Amino acid sequence: MPAPTAETPDPRKLTTKHRASDRLFRAVVTTFSFSALIILTLIGLFLLIKGFSTFKEQGLHFFTTAGWSVTQDANGKDVGHFGLSAMLLGTVLIALVALFIAVPLSVLTALFLTFYAPERIRTFLVSVVDLMAAFPSILYGLWGFFILGPMAEYWAKLINKYLGWIPFLSVPQPSFTRSPFIAGIVLAVMIVPIVTSVSREVFSQTPLDRVQAAYALGASKWGMIKAVVLPFGSSGIVGGAMLGLGRAFGETVAVYSVLNIVFRPNWHILFTQGGNVASMIIGQWGEAGKAEVSALLAAGLVLFVLTLLVNFAADFVVNRAVKSGR
Amino acid sequence: MDNSNNENQNDGDDMSTQSPATKSLGDVAAKRAKQNMGGSAPLGVGLEARGVHAWFGKHLALEDVSLDFSAGTVTALIGPSGCGKSTFIRTLNRMHEFIPSAAMAGQVLLDGRDIYEPGIDVTKIRLQIGMVFQKPNPFPSMTIGENVLAGLKLAQIKHEGNKDDLLEECLVRAGLWTEVKDRLGAHAGGLSGGQQQRLCIARSLALKPKVLLMDEPCSALDPGSTLRIEDTIAQLSKTMTIVIVTHNMQQAARVSDYTAFFLAEGGPGHMVEVGPTNEIFSRPKDERTENYVSGRFG
Repeated sequence: MPAPTAETPDPRKLTTKHRASDRLFRAVVTTFSFSALIILTLIGLFLLIKGFSTFKEQGLHFFTTAGWSVTQDANGKDVGHFGLSAMLLGTVLIALVALFIAVPLSVLTALFLTFYAPERIRTFLVSVVDLMAAFPSILYGLWGFFILGPMAEYWAKLINKYLGWIPFLSVPQPSFTRSPFIAGIVLAVMIVPIVTSVSREVFSQTPLDRVQAAYALGASKWGMIKAVVLPFGSSGIVGGAMLGLGRAFGETVAVYSVLNIVFRPNWHILFTQGGNVASMIIGQWGEAGKAEVSALLAAGLVLFVLTLLVNFAADFVVNRAVKSGR
Repeated sequence: MDNSNNENQNDGDDMSTQSPATKSLGDVAAKRAKQNMGGSAPLGVGLEARGVHAWFGKHLALEDVSLDFSAGTVTALIGPSGCGKSTFIRTLNRMHEFIPSAAMAGQVLLDGRDIYEPGIDVTKIRLQIGMVFQKPNPFPSMTIGENVLAGLKLAQIKHEGNKDDLLEECLVRAGLWTEVKDRLGAHAGGLSGGQQQRLCIARSLALKPKVLLMDEPCSALDPGSTLRIEDTIAQLSKTMTIVIVTHNMQQAARVSDYTAFFLAEGGPGHMVEVGPTNEIFSRPKDERTENYVSGRFG
């Protein structure tokens, strides 16, 4: 190779003069896209500032104890005893019940829509499932209270009768109304659309050559799905489930309608006591004094962070799957 | 097509009238025909297409193809792009019907039985008629070894005997064993394109098909890998019936006993002629075949 005759130049900086209209449009789209981030940050800051006094006074007890009361000390000053543990435990339990029911239901629905349904039925069912997502949550709550509740109470009794030896399916007293189990079923119905939609999206991207490879090896449709579609789509299912989890954590009105909220940690999912951070905030809001408002906003911040974390995790799982090409 | 499998009897007397390009392909084919002289009795099972038509929606893509694939022969399907040869090969193991709106008419007889017969289990058909695709398509989430045995698992077949032996046998026959025997547990995605394609062949072999369909198996590969695959085809042709679609006429001349020429000519694809490969390449009956194999169009 001949020696270079001149020094290698530095790369030139490539510039363009933008027109005024282009600069204006750029400013508009930039502002609007950052506004989402700004609003979210401001909400977080608001919750942090308002709830700060509670975090300071209660310390770690805010997360580890379960009580929600305001008493007056000798000087007549309000003293709050706030603990979220029952609500946090309840939130997670209900969300898990919801996922346990919704994920299999959604994956099977997505498989049917992608691989089995005739075109006309597919179009119809997809719009029905999308409609489920847009349905007002208070209506789910009312349905849960009047229709599902009494039925699910019967199922809960059956489950308890035959599977009661499993610790979390036992009950301290035979009272099955307004339990985390029932709230979980209502939530499950509410998160089915999102999990179905994400799963369907991933399933429909299954590479055709792998599908054909499986069929050419004598696979049945179910065999092909097991060997090709589910391995390919597994991360999409996980991502969809976590998006559903995010929604399940935050759902307020529907859970509030069906759940008996009690400030006592209860992991018996069939029993009539439950907790849920979002619903508790709604329930306590009306008659809250100054100290309690701070505590409720602090609880809101905890919920906010929890939801954020789950959503980030979902994004991470889905993106990693896309990058690795599955 | 002649059912007697005596492709060598026309050999050697046909060099005088041909153009140089045709002659050289004719030579290649004649050489192959000579090598196959005195071979053992044909194994595998014959396949026969009778009046096969194929549609995509309302569009007739393939018109009235009747072709007999005798047991133990290699048949090459050649022709310009869009002439229906890939569509045709996909009707032979019922892969055609996976395309929405696809339809077919006619019969495909495997060992005398119509594979489109009502009530037949199509998955069982595909066990007997294996297929290798244009683009290598191993299962990326499985290891090399798992890929080879994937068909057994997919079709829920209990293999009688040692699975390791079967694994080795299939990889040896596909010409891949020496390259991968020390890394059977590695993921298939790490192999080169040519190795992946031979892995796909090995995967088909594990099911012990009677017929192997290959749809342009080398079009995505470099010349070296192509030669390895052709060696593999030559080995396999001793034990099974092979149908191969190819754009590469040298390849058709090198690997096949019979060649069928397809053409669309602006309408639906159809078969122009079929015959022993050395005849098709040295003295085709149809002028269009002559023009195509001599490189004057297509």
